[in-house]
Amino acid sequence: MQVEKIMNTRVITLSPKATIAEALQLLHEHRIRHIPIINSDRSVIGIVSDRDVRDASPSIFSKDTDQNVLQNEIQSIMSTPVVTVHPLDFVEEIAGIFYEEEFACLPVVSNDKLIGVVTEKDMLHTLIQLTGTNVQSSHIEVKVPHKPGILPEVASIFGKRKTNITSVLVYPYHDDPNYKILVFRIQTMNPMPVIQDIRDEGYELMWPNNIMGPKS
Amino acid sequence: MTCKASFVFSDAFLNYHFHSDHPFNQKRVLLAKELLEASDTLSVSDIIEPRMATEEELALFHDKAYINAVKKASIGNLSEEEGLEYGLGTEDTPIFKNMHEASSYLVGGTLAAVDAVLQGNSLHALNLGGGLHHGFKRKASGFCVYNDGAVAIKYIREKYNLRVLYVDTDAHHGDGVQWAFYDDPNVCTFSIHETGRYLFPGTGNVNERGIKEGHGFSFNLPIDAFTEDESFIQVYESAFKEIADFYKPDIIITQNGADAHTHDPLTHLCGTMEIYQRIPELAHELAHQYCDGKWVALGGGGYDIWRVVPRAWSQIWNVMKNSNVKLGSIPESWLSKWQKKAPVTLPTTWQDSENIVPTIPRKAEISEKNYKILLSALKYTKNKI
Repeated sequence: MQVEKIMNTRVITLSPKATIAEALQLLHEHRIRHIPIINSDRSVIGIVSDRDVRDASPSIFSKDTDQNVLQNEIQSIMSTPVVTVHPLDFVEEIAGIFYEEEFACLPVVSNDKLIGVVTEKDMLHTLIQLTGTNVQSSHIEVKVPHKPGILPEVASIFGKRKTNITSVLVYPYHDDPNYKILVFRIQTMNPMPVIQDIRDEGYELMWPNNIMGPKS
Repeated sequence: MTCKASFVFSDAFLNYHFHSDHPFNQKRVLLAKELLEASDTLSVSDIIEPRMATEEELALFHDKAYINAVKKASIGNLSEEEGLEYGLGTEDTPIFKNMHEASSYLVGGTLAAVDAVLQGNSLHALNLGGGLHHGFKRKASGFCVYNDGAVAIKYIREKYNLRVLYVDTDAHHGDGVQWAFYDDPNVCTFSIHETGRYLFPGTGNVNERGIKEGHGFSFNLPIDAFTEDESFIQVYESAFKEIADFYKPDIIITQNGADAHTHDPLTHLCGTMEIYQRIPELAHELAHQYCDGKWVALGGGGYDIWRVVPRAWSQIWNVMKNSNVKLGSIPESWLSKWQKKAPVTLPTTWQDSENIVPTIPRKAEISEKNYKILLSALKYTKNKI
C-alpha cells in the first residue's frame, strides 16, 4: 500500500510569517497536532507541533505574562529541516520512520510541493484494516512448517468451501524459524466445516484448539 | 405470580430454512414449543399468530434496494454477483426459495409481539422465531436476512415513541442492532458476548459506546472464551441492573440467543442451564421494576438444537408466564417423541449436571478479566442522564 492511498489531502498550513497565535487557533479549531509551514511555492520549509506552540506560549500559572510572545512569527519556533515522504512510498516504510524518528506526522511532498500529510493515527487505521478486524469475520490460526508453497496449500482449503478470506497474516512461531503461524480472518459465522477440513488435512490449529477437553 | 403473556408461533417459522446442513435450524422453535406444551405451561390461548411484515415495515430499517434483492433471490432471479453485494448466496446466508416471505414472517412475529405488549393485551411477549441480530441495513450476514429486532425497535420509536433498552445475550455480538442505533440516544443497546478476538463478527469491543447523540448508549461486555456460569452471571447481572437504572427504559427487548452453552458447537463459552435460568429471571424482574412489565423477548442463535435450545428457550416462557423457571424432570412424552429423531441423548432434567463443563485451567484469570471488562463497560453510567 502506498502513502497516497492513506494520506490526508486537505492539509491545514501556515506561511512562515504567520503568528504563533494563529497557529494556536488553527490547532484548536481543527483539532490537529501538526501544521506544515510552506512558502509561496507550497514547498515545506518547516513544521510545528502542538507541543512547539505550547512551549512557546506563556505558562497558565504565571500572571501578568507578556502575551506579545504569541505575536512572534511561527518561523521562529518551527522545526527544520523537515523529514518528508513521497506519495509513492510504501506505508510499511514510513512506519519505520514513525518508529525510528518518533515523529507523529509526516508531510507528503511531490515535485517539491506539499500534497498531503500522514499521521500516526492514519498509520494505525491502516494497520487495523490490514488485520481485517474492522469487518465481520471469524479468526483461525494454523501452525505450519516454514516452507515454500504452504500458504496456497492452506488457503485452497478455504477456497474449496467458498469461504471468503478477509485477511491473512503470517506470524513467527515463537523463536522457532522452522514454523510460522498463519492467521486467517474469514467471512463466515460457521467456521466448523473449514476447521474440520484443515484438521483432516493434518494441519495443527492454534485456534480453535483442543486443550479444553470436550470442546473443539 | 402469573403475568399475562403472549407466545408468538406459526409453523411458517420453519420455512426460514437455508438447507439441511446449515447450523441455523428453526426446528428449535417447534422443539421448545412442544416442550412447553408437554410441561403444561403453554396453552392454545397463550399463542398469537405472527403476521407477515409489510415492505414498508421492513423499510423502517432496511434499504429498499436490499429488500428488492431479497425478493428477487426469493424467486430465483438474483444473479450470483448481485447477491454477493447484499451478502446473499454466501455460505452463511444461502439463497432459498421464498426467503423473502419466510424472513418477513419472522419480522412480523416480532412486530406482533411488540403490539401485544404495547397495545396492552399482554405484559410480556415471546417470539422465538426472531432475534436475527446480524442483519444489516443492506446486507444479509451471520445467518440473518432481515433484522427483526432493528425493524421492531424502529417501529416502536415511530409508532409508540418509547425509550428502548435492547439486551442481547447471544454468544455473538449483536452488531446489526448496535450499528442501527449507534447514534440514537432513544435506544440503548447492551450486548454480552464472547470476545470478538476469534469469534464472528469480531466487533463488540468495550470501547464501542455509540457516537454523536448516541454516545454512552451502547454497552458491550466481550467476555473471554471458556467463561463459565459464575463469571457470566456476575458480570451480566451487575451490568444489566446498572444499565437499567442508568437508562430507565420504557420497554425492554431481549435477544435470547442460546449459544453460550458449553455444548454449543460454534462458540467457546462454557455456560450451562444456570445462565439460561438467570437470564429471563433478571429481564422479568427489571422489566417490572422499570417498565411496568413491558418486555419482549426474541430468539436468536443456538446451534445445539437438541440438548440446549429447547430447554433454554422454554425457561423464558416459564418465567414470563409463571415468574419461575421449571426444575426437575423433562416430560416423558416430549423425550419419547424427539429422542427417536435426535442424534444425541436428550437431557432428562431441566438443569445440567456440573460435569458437562470441561476443567478450565485459567478459570480465575478469565473471571478476573471479565470483571475488569465489566468495570470498563460501566465507566460512564455513574453520570446520570
